[in-house]
Amino acid sequence: MHGHPSVHVARLAARKYKNTIFYGLCLAASLVGILVLAVLLGSILAKGLGSLDWQFLTSFPSRFPSKAGLKSALFGSIWLVAIMIPIAFPVGVGTAIYLEEYARRNWLHKVINTNINNLAGVPSIIYGLLGLALFVRWMDLGRSVLAGALTMSLLVLPIIIVASQEAIRSVPDSLRHASYALGASRWQTVRYVVLPAALPGILTGTILAVSRALGETAPMLIVGAWAFIASTPRGPLDPFTVLPMQIYNWTSRPQAAFQDIAAAGIIVLLVVLLVMNAAAIFLRNRYQRRSDA
Amino acid sequence: MWHARNLLGQGRRRGEEVIKGILLACTLVSVITTVGIILILSTESTGFFREVSLVEFLTGTKWAPLFIPQHFGILPLVSGTLLVAVGASFVAMPIGLASAIYLSEYAPDRVRSVVKPLLEILAGIPTVVYGYFALIFVTPALRMLIPQTEIFNALSASIVMGIMIIPMVSSLSEDAMLAVPRSLREAAFALGATKMEVATKVVVPASLSSIVASFVLAFSRAIGETMIVTLAAGATPKLTLNPLVSIQTMTGYIAQVSSGDTPHGSVEYQTIFAVGMTLFLITLLMNIVAQVVTGKYREVY
Repeated sequence: MHGHPSVHVARLAARKYKNTIFYGLCLAASLVGILVLAVLLGSILAKGLGSLDWQFLTSFPSRFPSKAGLKSALFGSIWLVAIMIPIAFPVGVGTAIYLEEYARRNWLHKVINTNINNLAGVPSIIYGLLGLALFVRWMDLGRSVLAGALTMSLLVLPIIIVASQEAIRSVPDSLRHASYALGASRWQTVRYVVLPAALPGILTGTILAVSRALGETAPMLIVGAWAFIASTPRGPLDPFTVLPMQIYNWTSRPQAAFQDIAAAGIIVLLVVLLVMNAAAIFLRNRYQRRSDA
Repeated sequence: MWHARNLLGQGRRRGEEVIKGILLACTLVSVITTVGIILILSTESTGFFREVSLVEFLTGTKWAPLFIPQHFGILPLVSGTLLVAVGASFVAMPIGLASAIYLSEYAPDRVRSVVKPLLEILAGIPTVVYGYFALIFVTPALRMLIPQTEIFNALSASIVMGIMIIPMVSSLSEDAMLAVPRSLREAAFALGATKMEVATKVVVPASLSSIVASFVLAFSRAIGETMIVTLAAGATPKLTLNPLVSIQTMTGYIAQVSSGDTPHGSVEYQTIFAVGMTLFLITLLMNIVAQVVTGKYREVY
């Protein structure tokens, strides 16, 4: 506290000034992401809305951009998810139940949890290589929607497991104790007490996993979703394409007209994802309200 | 519990054991997935390494497996990958960190409840959409600003990938900043510190390990990303630091070769697993680094 008071006043003013600048920079930084989001959505809407009509949704791809549509990709994506959910959901939830309700907290438990975290960080294209060697070649499923769905199941498994673990962990122990006190076995407690309480969280995680699967392109490229296919799968062993694959294919063509329908395809994909995420948020809010009460 | 167990019927106990077995089998799927990835990447690339020495693979400066004479040096693919990922980090790290500081230290609750979900939307957009955005919008804009930019270039992919990983940096860093106890901030305010001084001298140092971990994870994500680089960065493996020219990344090579039927046992088939192995090891290493950083250097309050 030496020196003339006016020096302190000047330094204080400088520090406050620096704070204001810093505040402005941080605010601007968080607006950058939002601004880019707005530009991205705006430009895609501007390019794609013109090509978006009923015919676009119900036509097969074509060499002529004006006749090309999303039908095979839409059906392919639905097939993919319809096969994936019955595989990934029970396995993922089963894993979470085992880790949270059955497994002893020892080194093995730690290794498995670390392993799941690492799997979540493996690039999706590596899952594609796994699917290509394991399902397409070794199990000889070929470039089929089943091979694609199995690959995608492994890819989304960590998402479902981690979300389910969190949901199960947030069920209070008092509920379990009450169930055991009534003479229920461990599985009865899990089945009739823990799972119903954890279900909204588990479903939220599953919806997020499905939206991830709907948007993934790289692994489907590797396991051989087709770039051009004018049929919908009639069985799990049929060839397929998916929405992002079709968008990728149209984007990589040089003609501007194909890029416009790529934008139309993106709008369809984003609307589907938006609906899924809205459902997830709805579930989460309902769940939070219930646990508050 | 022991007397409760005695009350159970024999059949019910057996049923319990069967269920436990089924659940354990589910758990093993994720273990088998990891083992499967490692086994398949190594067995499928052994054929490749029987013909190409590891030294040539790791030190060769030319990657041209599909032309005669063939070259199998992965350095151009690694340099292309790093060029894009480092560029993306230059975008995502400062913006992500500053966003995190804004959200945790400055933003009123009402603003925060709008800004945070909007940033999270960025993380949910499929990568093929970012690839489209890079190729159709960002590249033409760059070519207007810097006319010598090639149609396919690393810069456009870097910028868009940087935008894509902002939410990863900002949400992980913000979580760590929110975990810094109020008392530390209040002590600094009581000493007369401004908000900026509290943020940079108290909050950021206290959450530094998680911030570093978020940087490492975002970088690892950028290395493994495929669609943006496949669409926007080109397909010309090149050992260069110039971001304005066409390059190729490891993921870009795998995607390029796999589009279409890849005959089993062909050179293409073998090389994608060798490149995949390299990619897997690099990202695994980064993920482990991130876990060690958060685990070891975390400040506990």
